[in-house]
Amino acid sequence: MIHKYDVLIVGAGGAGLRAAVEIPKEYTCAVISKVFPTRSHTGTAQGGVCAALANEEDDSWEYHAFDTVKGSDYLGDQDSIEVMCQDAVRAVIELEHMGVPFSRTPDGKIAQRQFGGHTKPENPNDPNSRRLPVKRACYSADRTGHVMLHTLYENCLKNQVKFFSEYFVTDLILEDNICKGIVTIDIATSEIHVFHAKTVMFATGGFGRVFRITSNAHVGTGDGCALVYNAGLPLEDMEFFQFHPTGLWRLGILVSEAARGEGGILRNKDGERFMERYAPTVKDLAPRDMVSRAILTEIREGRGILGSDGTYYINLDLMHLGKKLIDEKLPEITGFARTYLGVEPTKESVPIQPTAHYAMGGIPTNVDAEVIADEKGTIVKGFYSAGECACVSVHGGNRLGTNSLLDIVVFGRRGGKKMVEYLKNAEHTEFKVDPAEKTRTLLDGVLNKKGTENIAKIRREMQEVMMDKCGIFRNEKELGEALVKIRELKERYCNASIQDKGVIFNMDLMEAIELENMLELAETIVVSAAVRTESRGAHSREDFPKRDDVNWMKHTFIWKPEDGKDSEIKYKPVTITRYKPMERKY
Amino acid sequence: MQATFRVLRYNPEKDNKPHFEDYTLDVHPTMTVLDVLHQIKWNYDGTLSFRRSCAHGICGSDGIKINGKNALACSILLKVINLKKVVTIEPLPHFPIIKDLIVDMTDFYQKLETVKPYLIVNNPAPVEGERRQSNEDAEKLFESAKCILCACCTTSCPSTWSDENYLGPAALLKAYRFVFDTRDEASDERLDIIDTPDGAWRCHTIFNCNACCPKEINITWHISQLKKAVSTREL
Ligand SMILES: Cc1cc2nc3c(=O)[nH]c(=O)nc-3n(C[C@H](O)[C@H](O)[C@H](O)COP(=O)(O)OP(=O)(O)OC[C@H]3O[C@@H](n4cnc5c(N)ncnc54)[C@H](O)[C@@H]3O)c2cc1C
Ligand code: SF4
Ligand code: SF4
Ligand code: FES
Repeated sequence: MIHKYDVLIVGAGGAGLRAAVEIPKEYTCAVISKVFPTRSHTGTAQGGVCAALANEEDDSWEYHAFDTVKGSDYLGDQDSIEVMCQDAVRAVIELEHMGVPFSRTPDGKIAQRQFGGHTKPENPNDPNSRRLPVKRACYSADRTGHVMLHTLYENCLKNQVKFFSEYFVTDLILEDNICKGIVTIDIATSEIHVFHAKTVMFATGGFGRVFRITSNAHVGTGDGCALVYNAGLPLEDMEFFQFHPTGLWRLGILVSEAARGEGGILRNKDGERFMERYAPTVKDLAPRDMVSRAILTEIREGRGILGSDGTYYINLDLMHLGKKLIDEKLPEITGFARTYLGVEPTKESVPIQPTAHYAMGGIPTNVDAEVIADEKGTIVKGFYSAGECACVSVHGGNRLGTNSLLDIVVFGRRGGKKMVEYLKNAEHTEFKVDPAEKTRTLLDGVLNKKGTENIAKIRREMQEVMMDKCGIFRNEKELGEALVKIRELKERYCNASIQDKGVIFNMDLMEAIELENMLELAETIVVSAAVRTESRGAHSREDFPKRDDVNWMKHTFIWKPEDGKDSEIKYKPVTITRYKPMERKY
Repeated sequence: MQATFRVLRYNPEKDNKPHFEDYTLDVHPTMTVLDVLHQIKWNYDGTLSFRRSCAHGICGSDGIKINGKNALACSILLKVINLKKVVTIEPLPHFPIIKDLIVDMTDFYQKLETVKPYLIVNNPAPVEGERRQSNEDAEKLFESAKCILCACCTTSCPSTWSDENYLGPAALLKAYRFVFDTRDEASDERLDIIDTPDGAWRCHTIFNCNACCPKEINITWHISQLKKAVSTREL
């Protein structure tokens, strides 16, 4: 079946829905998602969305921009960061106008709290003075992403946006550098639906499921990024994957930074507040890459707490906050600790460990969410990307908490606007070849696989090796081993079969395709990590422990290799406007 | 420790009607029912199908019936279940089964849309800054805004079972979310929609919905507030 639309948005998380709201009625627009929109991952975001509203204390977008640049370990493109931080205030006010039920200050404005890495100078007249945490994260208890996602979905209902829920995108049609549409499988029937469009946006989210311990949903498998890579376009900065310091021990379920923003403290087995040693000024509110490394260092040096299964954890202490504050401001996350670990946070410490959380890298775009085809910035016509799957890059080497919920609404909207502009002179361009062909082959291939390998087992092994050898600390030897393993798994995947051969809601089939996608991405992560011989942000090389600004102020672009060859890698210099790289101390 | 799970299976491509299948596996009290389903799927029978995403009770994908009670698979730990007896796992009741534990939720989503689930304002927003709202007024919305649309409530409601046109607790809760938002200007319109025999008045305060809401929302209380709002506006 072939559908025709002016605009197609793949992904119904915050980025996709915000873009959809932007498309005026005179254009036909469809949003496609492999899950019902409100099941998208944005709904799990807890802590907040940041903007220098200055509702609680003095603040400015320039401070926010500086923090984002510094947090990114100077890999973020400063022009994009300025765009995002300048637009933040408008973006968050707009969310309020759309209906987001924010928590409020005593005078009825949007309430704000502290979050890691968000600071302002102690003396406003001296930008170089000591920087102290600032209340910049706008929140709705600890359900900020949930209420944002639902509000955006509700606004789409109001605008009568057309949704195709539980449609799985399997192919991106790109011919002569023009994006012409996508191919999907209707999960309920396994029927192939081709969507012919003038413009396409990918807002397909992250790929934390590549790692064993992750805060990401089961659907966070990076399909969009893999499709772009398979279509011959590059991926950017794949080596930068953020580990959030506080995942529930063994499970990876996130305990938001809001817990520390509200005063929670990390302690090692001696009860020591060890962050005082690593980040003397902001302590527990240092950026995530630093806290995650500190936790792992504590554990490696024997100061972790031994758990019942032989693995180690660190304690997150909330008891001193008191039951009232915990119940009012952190109800969800303390609920998780109760349900999943049987721990009562008002009386006991919560066992935590770092968890794979956020992809800084992804589909390269410019500030208008236009996808770029190379390190020179050549635009792919009619193709846009926003949200976690995209790399603008505002997060550089390390994302600051609450900057992603901001990113998705700022760049989702900008992408939407740019698409509308493009539509004024755009036509449906005819397909040159049968667009459904590849998906038909894919379906037949997976359904008729006869091998003896098992999808779940290959996935598990991939997740283990990525966690153990390509996680928080990396080195040449282990990255080499990881690459060998991933390539072996890719071969074994060809020899894997699935049990479900049916056409109705074939979850086995989806999991197989998702694994194929993740294996591609795992390879790009390992290869990109191996070539970057420095430590910056979340990418920490034990064999190259220093940041190297002389050689590495640049973004990695990786292309899919032809069979048997090595991946092609090129570099794009970081855009610097006003913030010169400095040592990153907190 | 070993436990047996009796799972409802139905594949319309093969089966005339649903049937149960037993799976006995090694489990641990800290596993969730979702973990069990994954174990079955990944280690025993790849054809078992169910919806899931976040795995920690926030996306609302995996509402199912466990030992006769609606709940999220990912939020029920085995330690709260008596594993000495066979554990029964079924799809949410009342909705048509698509396959195994997956039900057709179209009707649920459509009913939600009938209450105009979005902020309606006629007066323009302030040129600068947010609409003001006191924190007390904001907090009046929080409990209803917690809803994850899992449908555990609606499918457990006897009024839903007996009246296919009943809006159901989830849609009514959504109506509350906007009727009581001090920023909204369409309360009357929404109250008209729910002030019908198939609306709020079909709720006989049986509390099934409250008993199974995974987000512990006091749905019945919210519905009673709507009823009150309807009655007082008629005065
Ligand atoms: C637990 C947790 C807490 C977080 N807390 C915060 C926070 O407090 N503040 C903050 O700023 N950020 C936070 N983040 C990060 C932030 O939530 C995400 O980065 C952001 O929500 C991503 O939004 P998105 O719109 O890009 O993608 P998602 O919300 O992930 O949406 C992706 C969409 O793409 C669709 N899709 C994907 N693949 C396919 C396919 N093959 N076919 C069809 N559809 C497809 C999915 O169905 C989905 O609709 C948190 C993240 C996690 C995991
Ligand atoms: S209280 Fe009302 S909505 Fe809830 S189960 Fe009973 S009749 Fe249904
Ligand atoms: S009210 Fe509770 S049970 Fe009903 S849909 Fe919402 S979260 Fe689920
Ligand atoms: S999987 Fe998201 S609520 Fe259970």
